[in-house]
Amino acid sequence: MGKYVGQSVPRKEGVDKVTGRSLYVDDIVLDGMIHGITVRSSVPRGKILGVRFDPGVPWDEFVIVTAKDIPGRNVVAMLIEDQPFLADDVIRHPDEPVLLLAHPDKHVLAEAREHVHIDVEPLPAVFAIEDALRADTVLFGDDNVFKRFDVSKGDVDAAFARDDVVIVEGTYETGAQEQMYIEPMGMIAVAAPGQGVTVWGSLQCPYYVHKALKPLFDLPAEQVRVVQTVTGGGFGGKEEYPSIIAGHAALLSWKAGGVPVKLIYDRAEDLAATTKRHPSRTRHRTAVTRDGELVAMDVDFALDGGAYATLSAVVLSRGTIHACGPYRCPNARVVARAVATNHPPHGAFRGFGAPQSIFGLERHMDKIARTLGIAPEELRRRNLLATGDTTATSQVIEEAIDLGAMLDDALSQAGWAEKKAAFAAHNADPANTVKKGMGLATFFHGSGFTGSGEVYLASVVGIEAGPGGRCTVLAASTEIGQGTNTIFSQIAADALRLPYELVEVAQPDTARVPDSGPTVASRTTMVVGRLVQDAAESLIHTLRDAGLLGADYSAEQFAAAVDAYRERFGTLRVYSKYKQPPGIVWDDKHYRGAAYAAYGWAAYIAEVEVDTLTYAARVTDFVAVQDIGTLINPLLAAGQVEGGVAQAIGWAVYEGVDWRDGHMANNQMTNYIIPTAADVPPIRVYFHSVPFKYGPSGAKGVGELPMDGPAPAILNAIEDAIGVSLNRAPALPEDIMEAMLAASSQSEAHHG
Amino acid sequence: MRANVASYDVVAPETLAEALTLLADEPGVWTPMAGGTDLMVLFEAGKLPTGRYLSIHGLPELRGITVDDDAVTIGALTTYSEIRDHAVINADLPMLAQAARETGALAIQNRGTLGGNIANASPAADSPPALVAYGAELTLVSAAGTRTVPYRGFHTGYKQMDLRPGELIHSIRVPRRPASEGWVHFYRKVGTRAYQAISKVCFAACARLSDGGVAEVRVGFGSVAPTVLIASALEAALTGARLDDAGLEAAVAAAARHEVAAIDDIRSTARYRTQVSENLAVAFLHALRAGG
Repeated sequence: MGKYVGQSVPRKEGVDKVTGRSLYVDDIVLDGMIHGITVRSSVPRGKILGVRFDPGVPWDEFVIVTAKDIPGRNVVAMLIEDQPFLADDVIRHPDEPVLLLAHPDKHVLAEAREHVHIDVEPLPAVFAIEDALRADTVLFGDDNVFKRFDVSKGDVDAAFARDDVVIVEGTYETGAQEQMYIEPMGMIAVAAPGQGVTVWGSLQCPYYVHKALKPLFDLPAEQVRVVQTVTGGGFGGKEEYPSIIAGHAALLSWKAGGVPVKLIYDRAEDLAATTKRHPSRTRHRTAVTRDGELVAMDVDFALDGGAYATLSAVVLSRGTIHACGPYRCPNARVVARAVATNHPPHGAFRGFGAPQSIFGLERHMDKIARTLGIAPEELRRRNLLATGDTTATSQVIEEAIDLGAMLDDALSQAGWAEKKAAFAAHNADPANTVKKGMGLATFFHGSGFTGSGEVYLASVVGIEAGPGGRCTVLAASTEIGQGTNTIFSQIAADALRLPYELVEVAQPDTARVPDSGPTVASRTTMVVGRLVQDAAESLIHTLRDAGLLGADYSAEQFAAAVDAYRERFGTLRVYSKYKQPPGIVWDDKHYRGAAYAAYGWAAYIAEVEVDTLTYAARVTDFVAVQDIGTLINPLLAAGQVEGGVAQAIGWAVYEGVDWRDGHMANNQMTNYIIPTAADVPPIRVYFHSVPFKYGPSGAKGVGELPMDGPAPAILNAIEDAIGVSLNRAPALPEDIMEAMLAASSQSEAHHG
Repeated sequence: MRANVASYDVVAPETLAEALTLLADEPGVWTPMAGGTDLMVLFEAGKLPTGRYLSIHGLPELRGITVDDDAVTIGALTTYSEIRDHAVINADLPMLAQAARETGALAIQNRGTLGGNIANASPAADSPPALVAYGAELTLVSAAGTRTVPYRGFHTGYKQMDLRPGELIHSIRVPRRPASEGWVHFYRKVGTRAYQAISKVCFAACARLSDGGVAEVRVGFGSVAPTVLIASALEAALTGARLDDAGLEAAVAAAARHEVAAIDDIRSTARYRTQVSENLAVAFLHALRAGG
């Protein structure tokens, strides 16, 4: 531990945010700036026949952009190049951008948009995963499958044929979820032939936007500049979609001759058009001995990717690798597919596929426990991975973890045994219309990119020392509310042995910072933070090698050394580059090997009440025990856990997207219900910190882990309370009512 | 903001007389606007019809709460916050205080008004079921004079009401229902989250118990019909009933199920609304037994 690492130092940008000094993209006004708006399709699938403009609108006052105005290639550069910036001849989802308008007066735009009509000849559309898999209507390739992964370990079929096993089957589903960052998306662009393209906006991954703009305008890298403005939350939602808004704003500016164009989404547009968590379906078939030893797991995992491939393949990858959870099982098979539908493309959201497959698994573990008559905590305890065991991808766990101790701690903090007994007595009294229950989940989450991903990313971080010894971290990692600026400053200050106040983090600007990879995948602290530490240490070595700095030094001596170096050599800036920890070997072809350099581990327990008059489930207590390695900033780490749990409570029992012909019909905060403070219980957070050798000061990732476990724990608790099984998240009151009525009519039929 | 503010004309008269004159001189032209908490949602979404709006929010004649021995009279422009915090309303008309407390967020409660809630005529409004259960009366005012009508029956269809051109709601008179006189109050608003939710079902019932039986009862439902629903069948099933009547539970459940006319919409399903209505009616009966 250093002086700052391990301390809950104040956020670098906290005061500016709470006093309103921070400038978000919609606060920024450039000289001569005009405003843009997007005209979208309204049918889920069809052929564009033409565009009509109503008379009576002074169209000559507007800048109008269609696909024909694109100077480069009309494709959003991501994994597969299938998504256009503006639909040209085919519509593939009901909120697809077709045309752009800009005008100096932003108040006339929404009304003008109503006077543009896109004539479409409708084609049959597909919305359900099973319909997409059946491929009666083909939207992509010849089978609608964007991507398939197969994991195989041992001999699953032989294991199912054993005569000493019980076979338990189940199907589990999860719905789409909106990230609901507080700041809707937006961009400002200045773009003109000969001058290149510059965009400023709300985003997570500056170099993703940079990558997308180059082919759109057919420009070399140095003529495209992307700057992140203060960003009000992302949760994955600002990973890929900002490329589209940036492209749109820049296309309008380009056509307008370089006039700055601001394009801001209101909440309704942001909800309807931008990416959400992939809906999922998981089928489990498990062979288990009568005393609860997992013998074989056969998993069929499917995601609804929406209309374009976007990031679905990587979301699917993470879901696939987490599908068998933190359990020891000698035989495992996972078949995973992401399919095309006519929903707007689904995308990144905290957890990135893992919450979906873990939901299925942790509900299924309770079903196995019930089938065998073993307590759910006991079934898990008998199968938890320990150091030296192998995961479903045959990765040997080398971290010194003790998930069993975390589970015991969670059970004890939650008062599991006493409360379970008290609740059973309470629920048995018919006068108590509010039933109580408890549920748990044990799970893990891989930190950083999967497999060889970090090697391909080859992230770079710089540190520059300026006058007075002030040091600036140069990284493309963005502060999106989670604490990047603070964590990086703590790590750098300790590595440099300088006061926290002397370190700052540069505004992410592709003209200034190197590509340290995207701000995703719980990688910022563990992977990029380590690069910050390496760069800082290398800066000290540089000064020592130049004979300017001794073994021990004060901040003043450091400043003098920097000044001397700068006088002699000009700039003092050093870079560090990612190095894979030894022993990380991943076979992409067979999906086997070390999927992640490190995992976060957790045992979560939810306590719920279900009101049998209104069928509403409410979470009344929550215990979250986890190991995320060394805590760089305990307050921020606890905040990540609390926020993740709250967001997962929303996914579990409040947030349902109402799809109508592929369009989100409840695209208002009034009707898409996220929990308020009144719906979230005290979240009790406990850390078991086992340092990870290759993380900065032993830290691992934290951002996504807390999203993985709460939903199954809550639905397990609902079943404990009412004795009825719900296998789809969200479990809204309407769903709980239908399940209770179906169960009671079944039991009447059974007894009658 | 999807509306173009230049397409709207808003006039804010300083006195009630001035407002009534404007309404009388140009009938059908002006849409009154009280706290604006419903209209501004439409405005933001670009769905508020363009035209001329009469902002009456500042009219002092329509504000304030007066109490006499028999009733509480609430000016139409009294805010939810004022109702929520009023001592006599909390004591004798607790369902009105609760409805105010559970409507929107604090900012909405500071701005939204009881008269606006009535005149907006949303079937999902939270105060109207309580006004039905309390047997409230409305005083309506126009340049031609004033008249008083029972609130029960004021709403005649979806967004339709017994309000003549040029007429404004002046005040709402609610008879006091003190517990000391045997009144039992039962209010449940059901939204998908604890607060800041729009009702999927709202249930308000007030009964006077006497000698082991129900002497008098009124019940209103919200969000289960095109208007706030007067639960006449449920009232009939309970009025004069003995609380120890073993068949009462089934009668209450059947009456509630029979009279709600719920639909599927973006917030819930007809099945849910009907079932929960029935459950709440039975829970009300249980509360009467517990309180009787």
